[in-house]
Amino acid sequence: MIVLTEYIETEPKLLPGDLAIWFFIFMELLVFGLFFISYAVTRLQNIELFNQYQLTLNSELGAANTLLLISSSYFVIRAVHAIRLNQVKSCIYWLYAALAAGAGFLILKSIEYVGTFATGISLSTNTFYMFYLSLTLFHVLHVILGMIILLAVAIKAQRGAYNAQNHTGVETGASYWHMVDLVWIILFPLVYIIR
Amino acid sequence: MKYESQGIAKMYFIAAIALFVGQILFGTIMGLQYVMGDFLFPELPFNVVRMVHTNLLIIWLLFGFMGSAYFLVPEESERELFSPMLAKVMFWIFLFAGVMTILGYLLVPYARLAEITMNDLLPTMGREFLEQPTITKIGIVIVVLAFLFNIGMTILTGRKTVINVVLLTGMVGLAVFFLFSFYNPDNIVLDKYFWWFVVHLWVEGVWELIMASLLAYVLIKVTGVDREVVEKWLYIIIAMALISGLLGTGHHFFWIGTPDYWQWIGSVFSALEPIPFFMMTLFAFNVVNKRRRDHPNKAAVLWALGTAVMAFLGAGVWGFLHTLAPVNFYTHGTQITAAHGHMAFYGAYVMVVLTMISYSMPLMRGQKAANVTAQLLEMWSFWLMTISMVFITLFLTGAGIVQVYLQRYSDDPLPFMVVQEKIALFYWMREVAGVVFLIGLMLYIYSFFAKGKEVEFVEE
Repeated sequence: MIVLTEYIETEPKLLPGDLAIWFFIFMELLVFGLFFISYAVTRLQNIELFNQYQLTLNSELGAANTLLLISSSYFVIRAVHAIRLNQVKSCIYWLYAALAAGAGFLILKSIEYVGTFATGISLSTNTFYMFYLSLTLFHVLHVILGMIILLAVAIKAQRGAYNAQNHTGVETGASYWHMVDLVWIILFPLVYIIR
Repeated sequence: MKYESQGIAKMYFIAAIALFVGQILFGTIMGLQYVMGDFLFPELPFNVVRMVHTNLLIIWLLFGFMGSAYFLVPEESERELFSPMLAKVMFWIFLFAGVMTILGYLLVPYARLAEITMNDLLPTMGREFLEQPTITKIGIVIVVLAFLFNIGMTILTGRKTVINVVLLTGMVGLAVFFLFSFYNPDNIVLDKYFWWFVVHLWVEGVWELIMASLLAYVLIKVTGVDREVVEKWLYIIIAMALISGLLGTGHHFFWIGTPDYWQWIGSVFSALEPIPFFMMTLFAFNVVNKRRRDHPNKAAVLWALGTAVMAFLGAGVWGFLHTLAPVNFYTHGTQITAAHGHMAFYGAYVMVVLTMISYSMPLMRGQKAANVTAQLLEMWSFWLMTISMVFITLFLTGAGIVQVYLQRYSDDPLPFMVVQEKIALFYWMREVAGVVFLIGLMLYIYSFFAKGKEVEFVEE
């Protein structure tokens, strides 16, 4: 482990951003990974139930949200790219663009949930909805946390905390945001599409 | 010792150790009652002894945490304690309340104790681990609030470090979640549900923050490793403890009448609870390997490393053993739980308090470290207590496996008491291990008084 941490931290760095965020990301992926495996195993035992209720989900909104998150990931890449070239202003704009896309995701998700809850569906309705609701709600919490991190990075950038030499914070925020996006890219087809 | 007010920790630690002895004495009595049901009956019935054993543990750990905080906070904050006087007054109030409560358990029937303490005005008694009379609970709240005010003011007006802020967060959490012990709904499902908000969110939530910060503090002191390194580890450990521990509460909601989805949420999140403990082990060994100096207090280093390892085994591994819903369906409330409870409490919280005591006590007695003989004896007591606790855990695990099989898993399940007789051998062996633990504890106390050659003093 000691050798490993030293190896990871040597220059040129294998991982962008702060090493600590990668432990955090690893932990998050582990939680989602366990949930995805549980979903897959449970689906195998209840294929008809899962197929039946999957059709009730709003996959159009889900697809739109996928586009939003992928775009936002592109925006944070542009932000990192900009700060590496010392273009602080451009970095800030791209970060806010990513935040706007994140906000868009939350709005669409809220519309989706309003529709879901209006029909009286809850965690206890059936196993499929239990997974659908807990997975998506848990992911939404991560979108919110990711947005808080990006906002903190953007505010620090506005105060001139980052430049071409020193921008670990931007990379750290971007890494976390990519994780949020990655999880959705797996979650969306798994829960909404694959039959 | 850099600040005079750190010395207040001493009285807290002495009280903690005294109550610790009481806890272990009652533990050995109860261990015997498992195999000799009428031992000391009717003076000390099993249910009363059990209550004293668990309540003493909680009270002395609270003494230990508060003492640790009083030692740590002034030094980290680089100022004297906000009010040493308040800390002393609260010590005596807490000791009085604690001792009176235990005497109440022992001297009057529990129902009578409830009457005397006017439990019917605000009924909170009669629930496992929260048996304290309502007035004692109110006393605990007052003491903890005064304590929080005291260390809070010290930290807020002094230097804020990751360590003291994490410690303060943990302590605030401890206070907040204890408030759920006053909520006592008639519906037994809701009652159990919120009962876990105290029990689980203490030991698998905010106490982990306290533990991590105490461990980090001692490790910085004994190894001289950069604060930056330690702080980064602390952040990761805390994040993982909270991610896994908060929703991990769900592993208590499998069979108490709550909705089915808790079986999934509880299983998934609590399955990850060993990770923060594993990180603490990596952290401790990593930091000790990278040490910049060899601290003369070898015993404290041993306790610190021991804490990390035993917490991972007891809380992490033994917890994981029965945390998944399909497994817990069989193991719930058997001796497997008792095995886990013993090693987790010892490994995580008893040992971290003993680590703090080991590091700070010599400093409060005007030494850099205890003398060579005293340290040797202390290390012997470490091994005696730790190894006997490993055996207590293994014997209870053995008892638990047989119990699960005979009582719940076999084609022809046997009644509870029949099974208890069949596993008596495990209980006897557990009792022997328990007596060894008591001997280790006696040796530990003796080590404070042992005379011997002073340690080589190496200037930092």
